Amino acid sequence: MTDKKKTTIILFSGDYDKAMAAFIIANGAAAYDHEVTIFSTFWGLNAFRKDEHVPVKKGFLEKMFAKMMPRGADSMGLSNMNFAGMGPKMIKHVMKKHNAMPLPDLVEMAQEQGVKLVACTMTMDLLGLQKEELIDGLEYAGVAAYLADAEEGNVNLFI
Amino acid sequence: MKADKVLDAKGLACPMPIVKTKKAISEMESGQVLEIHATDKGAKNDFLAWAKSGGHELLSDTEEDHVLKFWIKKG
Repeated sequence: MTDKKKTTIILFSGDYDKAMAAFIIANGAAAYDHEVTIFSTFWGLNAFRKDEHVPVKKGFLEKMFAKMMPRGADSMGLSNMNFAGMGPKMIKHVMKKHNAMPLPDLVEMAQEQGVKLVACTMTMDLLGLQKEELIDGLEYAGVAAYLADAEEGNVNLFI
Repeated sequence: MKADKVLDAKGLACPMPIVKTKKAISEMESGQVLEIHATDKGAKNDFLAWAKSGGHELLSDTEEDHVLKFWIKKG
């Protein structure tokens, strides 16, 4: 168990394309038999949001954040050529043509492959995101838990 | 070349060929040979690197009509 190599990825970005890169690397690393952790913080947490509205108690600012941020992996925008939402539609079309896996499928496959998905609890508080609004199967932790994985890591990325 | 199992990964994009290969090989015995068909142009470098890292052996590879074939012996 302990002689397995480790890949740790910090997903900070809430962009569809960047998250896609993170999850392709995570799935590849899992196929390399690495123990893989994706630690999601700030906008990256949106990749873990459920796509439906979850009724939870929130303050005014938290409600604003919830409305303005993408609800789930499939609603995220592109880091480049977003064109007010046209960009993601185009890229998804091209991805389909080339048989590339859409982001929600990559997230699901990562979970199937045993990739550890961790949500940063401090930034969840800042953005007003609650556990009920995020997908199942996540772990909740902070910087210390991340570093415990990363200090033994062989591959470490910040995306 | 004789294979114990054939994996069709044609038309699949990165990272699927390697994910499926890993899954297929984990269900096999050491010494058995897995034959993989792929169309991803990066597949050769991917399989070379992956096999080496996992202690497997890439026995041979061919290309025919844009289909790449690989034979990997499980280590």
